[in-house]
Amino acid sequence: MNLIEQGFAWILDPENISGPSGWVARLLEQLAYTFGAVAIAAVIAVPLGYLVGHTGKGRDIAVSLSGGFRALPSLGLLILLALGLGIGFRAPLVTFVILAIPPILAGAYAGFEAVDRRTIDAARAIGMTEWQVVTRVEVPLGLPLLIGGLRSSVLQVVATATLAGYVAGGALGAFIFEAFALRDYPQALGASILVTALALVLEGIFALLQKLVVPRGVVVKEQREVRSRSSRTRAVMGTPIREGK
Amino acid sequence: MRWLESNLGLVWDLMLTHMSLCIPPIIIGFLISIPIGWIANRYRLTRGVILVVLGLLYTIPSIPLFIFMPLILGTPQLSSLNVVVALTIYAVALMVRSASDGLGSVDKDVLQAASAMGYSGWQRFWRVELPLSGPVLLAGLRVVSASTVSLATIGSVIGVTSLGYLFINGLQRRIPAEVLTGIVSVLLIAVVFDLLLVLLGRLVLPWSRRDRSVRAKTVARSRTAVLTGAGS
Repeated sequence: MNLIEQGFAWILDPENISGPSGWVARLLEQLAYTFGAVAIAAVIAVPLGYLVGHTGKGRDIAVSLSGGFRALPSLGLLILLALGLGIGFRAPLVTFVILAIPPILAGAYAGFEAVDRRTIDAARAIGMTEWQVVTRVEVPLGLPLLIGGLRSSVLQVVATATLAGYVAGGALGAFIFEAFALRDYPQALGASILVTALALVLEGIFALLQKLVVPRGVVVKEQREVRSRSSRTRAVMGTPIREGK
Repeated sequence: MRWLESNLGLVWDLMLTHMSLCIPPIIIGFLISIPIGWIANRYRLTRGVILVVLGLLYTIPSIPLFIFMPLILGTPQLSSLNVVVALTIYAVALMVRSASDGLGSVDKDVLQAASAMGYSGWQRFWRVELPLSGPVLLAGLRVVSASTVSLATIGSVIGVTSLGYLFINGLQRRIPAEVLTGIVSVLLIAVVFDLLLVLLGRLVLPWSRRDRSVRAKTVARSRTAVLTGAGS
């Protein structure tokens, strides 16, 4: 317990708070990495995900790509890029963009896929152009899942941004790796508490945002059919018994 | 290539160490998740609470969690147990959602039929619910396996040896081939584990290959849900 107190004491020590190497500045760097990387990733992944979701083409590629990226070790990617691009902020930023793409891509196409086909047919039937179907039907209805994808990519990057410190890229991880070199456990602990708190606060904000941003009348589709429907056709509902065949 | 040739022994040793770090969290995480998932699925109230708590656990970044572990467990700071327990926590946090979705995906009619045939709750769980939720559990387990194999590399940063050693050593000695070897080895282990899980699925769930149409959709949806963190 004493060590935890020391960790908090490190956080509260005025010497560690302000200035260019204080934790406020480092925390802002962590946030800059997070939102910078997610914004760049969104510019790439959202149109691509919408394209996949709308046309239904390349779905399998998108699924296996998003799944396969899970196994890619972010530390290895970061270091490989750092050896190529040099130390500093560029290698971490590129790494985090690559990390942020799969969840956003998945959120974008899953959002389109979750839209009831009959709704889209209805939109076409009342004369909407293809573009209108996308912008007025699929985008708003797919929004909850897209925000979900953005949320998980923000959380993933804010956690991984700690690694930037390993290649002299700043952010809160800088304290942790410095602490390892100096065997200063309270500092490592203090910085760890800050990273965790930051992640939890962002998670809270996004959970709230996810509720607020969704247009009224749109409900996140819970997996309802999964729970109650039978996979077989029911005798009462159809498939009359045909004789003689 | 030359680096790999002269360090083949080291890479092989590290792969074995890496696997020994990853396998316990995957197995223990799976075993812990089934009962928790069952409770989450059984009562509406617990589902929300359990999924929120596990969501928050999964939110804790890995390096801080590795650093907190010695305080919580009372283990030495360089003990590999820190990494194993932390990875188990992540595995449980990911897997419970799949377990709960999987158990929830079992057709209610089938459950009623089982009860009508005289199965007790216990028998019904083991002989009906668990086998039928197999495909969704398998999909979740594959996600857990991939993310555990990749996360274990971070252990090297706090001094617990894994394939991450190749990244750190490669950075210090500026050998891109060493870092690349590390990445490829991690991916290789992930692919082998994934294939083994699929194979295991074929053996344990021989019926799931024929019955594709509806269940495949559930599995796919649950995989996307895990990825985007969608749902409640």
